[in-house]
Formats: sequence, structure tokens, C-alpha cells
Amino acid sequence: MNINLTMIGQAIAFFIFVVFCMKYVWPPIMAALQERQKKIADGLAASDRAARDLELAQEKSAQELREAKQQAAALIEQANKRANQIVEASKDDARREGEKLIEQAKAEIEQERNQARDALRAEVAAFAVSGAEKILETSVDASKHNEMLEKLAAEL
Amino acid sequence: MAGSASEYIKHHLQNLTYGELPAGYERADGTVIEQATWTLAHNAQEASDMGFWALHVDSLGWSVALGLIFLIIFRMAAKRATSDQPGGLQNFVEVMVEFVDNSVKETFHGKNKVIAPLALTIFCWVFMMNLMDLIPVDFLPQLFHLMGADYMKVVPTTDVNITLGMSLSVFALIIYYSLKVKGVGGFVGELTLHPFSSDNLILKIILIPVNLLLEGVSLIAKPISLALRLFGNLYAGELIFILIALLPLWAQWALSVPWAIFHILVITLQAFIFMMLTIVYLSMAHEDSH
Repeated sequence: MNINLTMIGQAIAFFIFVVFCMKYVWPPIMAALQERQKKIADGLAASDRAARDLELAQEKSAQELREAKQQAAALIEQANKRANQIVEASKDDARREGEKLIEQAKAEIEQERNQARDALRAEVAAFAVSGAEKILETSVDASKHNEMLEKLAAEL
Repeated sequence: MAGSASEYIKHHLQNLTYGELPAGYERADGTVIEQATWTLAHNAQEASDMGFWALHVDSLGWSVALGLIFLIIFRMAAKRATSDQPGGLQNFVEVMVEFVDNSVKETFHGKNKVIAPLALTIFCWVFMMNLMDLIPVDFLPQLFHLMGADYMKVVPTTDVNITLGMSLSVFALIIYYSLKVKGVGGFVGELTLHPFSSDNLILKIILIPVNLLLEGVSLIAKPISLALRLFGNLYAGELIFILIALLPLWAQWALSVPWAIFHILVITLQAFIFMMLTIVYLSMAHEDSH
């Protein structure tokens, strides 16, 4: 149990070790620990923020979906209306066209009937004259009897 | 058997000492040295005759080696310290650092960059020195005997020089911080005007020696108790291991295993106590309100 120089040697070693620990061991480890703490805190904050952002985005997307649905409904309604309009318009057109065609046809028929009637009338007049000639065996003076013939033709 | 047993114990408790023997000294083997020589002591008598200017090579060597192991491991971890995912070594080191840091923060509320690393060094170093106690008592001494060393005490904390060396360093820090924080007047006042004080000036002066005695004793007791507590616990533990080693081989494990398991607690606890008391003493040195 001798007290000797060992004590001082140990004290010197102790001093050197503590200084080394203080300069080269403690600060980097503490810095790493604190930095990690900060990172974790930041990460938690970021995840909170992300959750909030997600909620907002979901709300927004729901809102937009609703608006899109409304727009689509409006468009469909408009399209239906327009289609009806077009159908109505085309119906009118068709009707007008048909009527026009009928009118035209009627006019043509009338015209042809008049033509036929005129021709027939002329033919009947000639036929009557020739018939009358045969009956009378004489020629009928056309100029004398023209007035009468024309009256006759008008009666036919 | 009794003689050889006591020799065995004494042999185990003897440090490998390097020191100066005076001229004309008669050595253990009967030779007389003609002039003062620096040499290794061959027996306990020679070691004690070397006086103060001798070194316990084994204690100091093991203590420095263990301290270096501690510093190298922690320095490696500190170099590679990252705030990302830590590896195994960094995890371990961080656990130690946080444990010490929390212990310091609980006790010491001032600002001091020295105390926490000091506490970490004390805890790890003392723990490792104590841990040498768990190596079976004859392993390393036998190994060194083969290499030619007569004595080998492998547990540095069973050497009172080692524990005193540390506790006196702590004591120096106590004095330093007391003077730094309180000033010379404050520190002297703390030693002389408490715990007994009076408003009467004459009475106050009369009480100074009493106070100085009380406070002086309690101040001196700090490093002494710090050193002797650690030394005593480890010395006793070591002694019991040595006694167990005297038993017949078949009986040894029945005692040494339970004692070793129990000793794990002592080892950790003593390292922790040394650290904690250092923190407490230094935080007392920082407190002005006495």
C-alpha cells in the first residue's frame, strides 16, 4: 500500500483523457444527437403538414368533381335542348318543302290539264267542224261560222 | 499450506514497482548494489523501500491502456457520428453519452463544458478498470509471469494510487471552480463563516476557527472518501476472488461465479457513484448560495 508517483501519473493521464474527451469525443456525438433530434422534429412537423395538405387536396378534388358534374349536367341539358330545336327545325323545313312540292305538283297538274283541255277543245272543234261538213256536205265557211264555233268550243 | 496461502495472497496484492534503490542497498537475493539504481522491485520490501519516487508499472499501464481503449472506441464513434440512422457502435456510444448527459443535467444546472465529458470519462474509464476484476485472478499474472514480470496487478482501481490520482484531480477542479465562481473572498468566506455565524463581529471572529475546522474537514473528506470508497470496494472484491482461488479447483466455480455475478453490480455501481459524486461536488462548487 505504497503511496507513490503512480498517483501523479494517473492524475496526468486523467487530465489528458478528459481534455481529449472534451475536445474530440463529446462535441461530435452531442452535435449528431442534437441534429437527429432536430431532424425528427422537422420530420414530424412535415408529416403533420402533409396530412393537412392531403385533407385540403381531398376537399378540393371533391369540390371540383361536384363542379364538373354540374357542368356536365348543364351541357347535356343544353345539348338536348339544341337537339330538340334541330329536330323541330328540320321538321318545319320538311313540311315546308313538302308543301312546296305539292304546290308545284298541283300547279303542274293544273297546267297540264289546261293544256290538255285546250288541245282537246281544239280537236273537238275541228272534229265538230268536219262532222258538220260531212253532214252538210258543204264546206262551212269558217269565217262565217267562226263566231259560232268559238262559242261552241267555249261551252265544251 | 498456511504459509503458501498467505504468500499467494501477498503476491497477488503486490504491484509491479519501478523505482530507485539507494546505494548500498541489500537486495532480496542478498546482493548489495553499489550505487543508486532504477530497477523493478523483486519483493514487497524493496517496493516499499523505493519510497515515493516509484511507479506502479502494472496499475498505471493497465489504467492508461484501458483509458486509451475507451477513447479510441468513442473517438471512432464520434468521427463517424451521423444524424442519420446510427450503427451499432454509435448506438452504444450515444446511449452512454445520453445517460451521462442526463445525469449531469439532473444535478448540475449551470453552464460548464468540462463536467459532462469529465463525467463520461470517469464513468467509462472507472467501469473498464473495475471490469478487469472479472478476469480470473490468475490468468494475466500467469501470462506476465511467463513473460518475466514478477508481479502483475491487473485491476488498477485496487491500487489506492490510481483512485487517489483521480479523486485529487477532481479535488483540484473543485478548488478551481470554487475560486473561479465565488472568488477568493467568497471561497474563504464559505470556509470560515459557515455553518456557525453571528451578527456580532467579535463572536464571528471567535467562530472562524470552529467553522474552518468543520468546513475544512468536510472539504478534505471529499477526495479522500471518493478515492477510498472505490478502492475499498474493488480491493475487497479482488481479495475475495483471490481467497476463492485458494480453494480446490472443483469448488472454485461454485463461489466465484455467484461472486462475479454480484460483482458486476458492484463494478457498475462504483463507477456510477464515482461519476455522480464528482458531478455533485462540482455542482456544489458552482453554487454560490451557501
